[in-house]
Amino acid sequence: MPRWPEHGTERRMYVIIAGAGKVGWNLARELLAKDHEVTLIEEDRRRYLVVEQELEHAVQYGDATELWVLERAGIQRADLVIAVTGDDEDNMLICQVAKEKYLCRRIVARVNNPRNLQHFKLLGIQPAVSATDLILRLIEHEVPQYGLVQLLALEEERLEIIELEVADEAPAAGRRVEEIELPDGALIISVLRDGGGFVPKADTVIEAGDEVLLILDPGLEEAITPQFTSAGAAA
Amino acid sequence: MFILIVGAGRVGSAVAKQALADGHEVSVLDQDPLSHEQLDKDLVDTWEDAGGRFTVGTALEVDALREAGIEQADVFIASTRGDNTNLVVAQIAQRRFRVPRVVVRVADPARAAWYRQQGLQTICPTQHAIDLVKEAALAPLA
Repeated sequence: MPRWPEHGTERRMYVIIAGAGKVGWNLARELLAKDHEVTLIEEDRRRYLVVEQELEHAVQYGDATELWVLERAGIQRADLVIAVTGDDEDNMLICQVAKEKYLCRRIVARVNNPRNLQHFKLLGIQPAVSATDLILRLIEHEVPQYGLVQLLALEEERLEIIELEVADEAPAAGRRVEEIELPDGALIISVLRDGGGFVPKADTVIEAGDEVLLILDPGLEEAITPQFTSAGAAA
Repeated sequence: MFILIVGAGRVGSAVAKQALADGHEVSVLDQDPLSHEQLDKDLVDTWEDAGGRFTVGTALEVDALREAGIEQADVFIASTRGDNTNLVVAQIAQRRFRVPRVVVRVADPARAAWYRQQGLQTICPTQHAIDLVKEAALAPLA
């Protein structure tokens, strides 16, 4: 029997969450509501007592960076370990031992200080989620400074998906897809126009005001952006 | 050798002074500017006059590590008060900056043992204390 569900099948997971702050507590609630088995670990005695009023036996008191605390929580059989304490060192080490000592297949770590993301990567802790980064992405999406939003970075696969709004005087405006000068390794995969989206063909004409989605090799943004911004018209 | 010590507590500062006296180049990084006093203590001059380096900064700041000279270090010692900080910064020194010798103080015996198996040179004061106390207390009475 697989330890991890196939896509689309519902299976009960055993999830250990380190840190009963707002993020950890609410994650535990959501996962319990979805009928998963959850153990939340909190090292602050007073916080533990508050959370225990609601979650009862699903929360344990202890320092989740200590091996015996993780073992008491049953880490050997955990399907997923989530480290969301307010301390980046703790989150890194909890995930490191979960992955390398207890061979847990899925881990998720919270990054409190985005500058520490490099250290999570160095230790092979992925995915590492930074709330600051997520909010910045949302801000960029609402207020695109350069008219470019990076929607998704598939780091393992070395691909990115970006979204661009076509400016009035952009070189691409009024041209067919096949006429737009794109570097190798970049492809227009979708056009959003008048509230709908479609996959363009070689003879589709791109209009000013369209939002286009491209898939590309990392590092090509700068070569692509001038085709869709008015800055590129002067060049 | 060039020795970089992160954490100038009792252990870190004592090792720093010994290393300097032995003729090594020594740089100390600590987040607390007051920890400098720990280094000056018992010296005739200040730590800098004696030839030592001191940088204020936290262990996980790459800029502070660079400023303290991690790229030139032959030996890296992680001796802050926190096990978790020590274990993370030691791995940064080993994996990212390829420091040839990394020594890390870990108070928790279980993790000291496991990280030693993973290739980190861990020193566990707690385990030493346990061994010594056991030896002293459990020896048969004469």
